[in-house]
Amino acid sequence: MVRQFGEVLLAIALAPLFVGWIAQCRAWLQSRTAPPLTQPYRMLRKLFHKEVALAADATRLFRITPYVLFGSMVLAAAIIPSIATDLPFARVADAIALIGIFATARVFQSLAAMDIGTAFGSMGARREMMVGFLAEPALLMVLFNAFLLSGSTALPSLVEAYSSGPLSINPSLTFAGIAFVMVLLAENARIPIDNPSTHLELTMIHEAMVLEYSARHLALIEWASSLKLFNYACIGFALFLPWGIATHGADGGWALLLAAAALVAKLIVSGAALALIESLSAKLRIFRAPEFLAIAFLLAVLGLLVHLLLGS
Amino acid sequence: MMMHQSHWIVELLNLLASILLLISFAMLSRRRTQRLITLYAWQGLVLFASTCLVAYSSGQKELYYSAALTLLLKVIVLPWVLYRLIRDLGAQWDNELLVNIPTTMLVGLALVIFAFGLAQPISMMANTITRNTLGIALAVILLSFLMMITRRKAVTQVIGFLAMENGLFFAATSATYGMPMVIELGIALDLLVAVFILGIFFFQIREQFDSLDLHHLESLKED
Repeated sequence: MVRQFGEVLLAIALAPLFVGWIAQCRAWLQSRTAPPLTQPYRMLRKLFHKEVALAADATRLFRITPYVLFGSMVLAAAIIPSIATDLPFARVADAIALIGIFATARVFQSLAAMDIGTAFGSMGARREMMVGFLAEPALLMVLFNAFLLSGSTALPSLVEAYSSGPLSINPSLTFAGIAFVMVLLAENARIPIDNPSTHLELTMIHEAMVLEYSARHLALIEWASSLKLFNYACIGFALFLPWGIATHGADGGWALLLAAAALVAKLIVSGAALALIESLSAKLRIFRAPEFLAIAFLLAVLGLLVHLLLGS
Repeated sequence: MMMHQSHWIVELLNLLASILLLISFAMLSRRRTQRLITLYAWQGLVLFASTCLVAYSSGQKELYYSAALTLLLKVIVLPWVLYRLIRDLGAQWDNELLVNIPTTMLVGLALVIFAFGLAQPISMMANTITRNTLGIALAVILLSFLMMITRRKAVTQVIGFLAMENGLFFAATSATYGMPMVIELGIALDLLVAVFILGIFFFQIREQFDSLDLHHLESLKED
């Protein structure tokens, strides 16, 4: 139980820092002065101190959505084994249910964006659903690759299978890894699909949906989206870099500390890599997004095929 | 110990084979000719690595020569010649597709399944350590075919042709530990000459039609 709470609290605390680190790396790569690492926390504090301004015809849905978003992302963080595999929550839901939780959050966010009735909100919601329905099957295929290797649909047993078996290179995971990075970029509104720091309403996807939110609602949504990125990164670690995660039976105090250190190291490296990818690529036109995600889907399917042929 | 080592080599070979397949798909999904040439060079490099690995594990000395030939010709000389060609032709960017990319990729996926099905009984009979990769080699050949069919420009069709030769070479090493040295030398020389002659063709085609679109070659008479 302590492990479970510790992991969730660590995820909630580290998620804004991870976003801040990516922003810092991007600033360095573009030779701008980098914002401080604590910038996301300051932003959250500022937003929590402000007064909420609600649109006149906002329904209850609009008001509860930030809490639903934040809650589902915290639940997802509780399921994903980021530092330990022996989690009470993780046994309740497997990776497919995890995708369902992400889908719930997406549906609520899109409905709330349409609730106010502004043009930008519904435009963003429609785009989000388009990207979402293309990214979901790709993510499922990526997960199937890992399921085939370990013979289980639960993320913790997947990690355990990796760390107990002999170290081996699986060709199908190279395909799945590339597909996963593409899905991560698309799902978290990163650059080839969406620009998180854009001020141009016509090109927005994620930002267009949250235009009407203010104060603590906006703070919760921002926090939830940084948690989503953190969760995706942790899924990636569990699937492709499971080293250092404290496994069942070997999760004393030191092992947990070591696992947390390994997690931070992986986050630092992957954040820098993400910033590099984002700086090197240009934003795609919205109608190129299906092509991008179709390629991700096909790569994941290819991974499955290669696994079946090579039998490794 | 020996068993353990060969296990590692097989895994590494499988990885290289799947990277080769990945590069073939990347070629199908690229629009720019320049990128295609870079990918072709990468394919050559992976081929070089896998040939060296097969040579090391099987103890066949000739394979080292053909690996060196691969490195020299397919990674350095041919990409350089092609780069210069497209720069002189001003054809770095243009690349018109006959079919859009997702459809091409889907057809490519079907081809991979077909190739894997085709290779399964053949690789049952082979006794080399690389027999599993035969399906991937066949898939690379078929995907290069597909690239030649779906592209309209002459330069990309030549790159497809060269990538197909890469696939054939990989098939040869994975099925029978490589062809005799004389044949390999002959093929290498053929490739080099082919690229030079096709380079001359490019200039002729462009002079005749003001474009590298092979569509123009289909009409026999001038209207």
